[in-house]
Amino acid sequence: MRITTTVNGTQHEVDDVWAGESLLYVLRERMGLPGSKNACEQGECGSCTVYLDGEPVCACLVAAGQAIGREVTTVEGLATEGELHPVQQAFVEAGAVQCGFCTPGLLVAAHDLIERVPDPSDLEIREALAGNLCRCTGYEKILDAVRLAASRQAQA
Amino acid sequence: MDFLQPTSWADALAARAERPDAVAIAGGTDVMVDLNFDRRRPGALLDLGRVTGLREWAVEDGAGGVGGGSTVRLGAGVPYARIIDDLGAQLPGLAMAARTVGSPQIRNRGTVGGNLGSASPAGDAHPPLLAAGAVIEVESAARGTRRIPATEFFTGVKRNALAGDELIAAVLVPVAAGPQQYCKVGTRNAMVIAVSAFACALHPDRKAVGTGIGSAAPTPRRAPEAEEFLAGELESAGLWESRGELPDGLARAFGERVAAAASPIDDVRGSAAYRRHSLSVMARRAATWAWAQYRNDPRKAA
Repeated sequence: MRITTTVNGTQHEVDDVWAGESLLYVLRERMGLPGSKNACEQGECGSCTVYLDGEPVCACLVAAGQAIGREVTTVEGLATEGELHPVQQAFVEAGAVQCGFCTPGLLVAAHDLIERVPDPSDLEIREALAGNLCRCTGYEKILDAVRLAASRQAQA
Repeated sequence: MDFLQPTSWADALAARAERPDAVAIAGGTDVMVDLNFDRRRPGALLDLGRVTGLREWAVEDGAGGVGGGSTVRLGAGVPYARIIDDLGAQLPGLAMAARTVGSPQIRNRGTVGGNLGSASPAGDAHPPLLAAGAVIEVESAARGTRRIPATEFFTGVKRNALAGDELIAAVLVPVAAGPQQYCKVGTRNAMVIAVSAFACALHPDRKAVGTGIGSAAPTPRRAPEAEEFLAGELESAGLWESRGELPDGLARAFGERVAAAASPIDDVRGSAAYRRHSLSVMARRAATWAWAQYRNDPRKAA
């Protein structure tokens, strides 16, 4: 099966995709975009979170064929012209990264929150990140990072 | 494995009939897990995501619907996130249940049609559909449309009344005539498969009570004796009209009858005894909350 999909603004075309393959596998193994991480493969951990037509989804639960002709944005697409997105910068500054495995998914989920909700409450942050597991940080630094990014976004 | 991707409902029904070895996939939140873990290797995936009509909902009046009043015709492919955003007023019980589904990522993809297709006893959408008196509309190319009451839809653990050549088109849910509540027990507030769940709906228009039990029997099921008990007690005390306080012990007695209607098992998520107990507590609370809403309903007569 041929998969033609726009990823991070660039059209990608790959052949010989198996019908049961996930979008995550296609991104990582066929398109050379390993930013989205492969962990639970059952939608529990959120480390494969990407935008599909503007909505955050678990790429492991999207059949590759379902992404044909759609717009996908991965963590690799958040930074523009070599500049980290404010959410990424805030994660760096707040020390919200330890092993880093959950970070790409959390960045996409946090990016979506900040784009939708200008001044999120702690409850809204927790709800927005409820589908992303981190086994290192205990989440406090991640919450700090999202608050920091949101406050900068509000001032911008 | 083939990937079938019809763009019209007629083509989807034709593909369903031609390929009995195909598994229908909507949001993928159940089907892809089975594929990723090698639990299933169907001959084909039948992707319903390009059938745009399945992603629409509309309010229909009277005759075309179910239950006499207005009905929401909810396309099988409407994701939970849209139910939360769009249908909180018309279908409060289903919207409450939708908020408890998985995570934001899962709610952006998962659908009620998919939930019904999987027919898990723990499916979050099932209890509120049972409590509201929903009807599932299914269709085949050969025999056309038929409507299956939610009470008759679940036939066993992860089994439903769908024939091999049928697809779920829509769910017809009566617009709420009174308060609805939903409770779910799990180990955290997200990404939880229900240990037990309960939905209740007050139907003041016909002085009836609806219930739905989740994750505490081989299938989602109602608690008919509990429904009749509560509705009867409310009626004999004239409470539907007076909107007075619930008599002492009534909600508790209702909860006990709901628990008695379950037939739970011990499994990794919880014990049968805990499921039964939690159901009695959830039903008591749900009835109390729903009645408090009914008492404060601004629509009530002065």
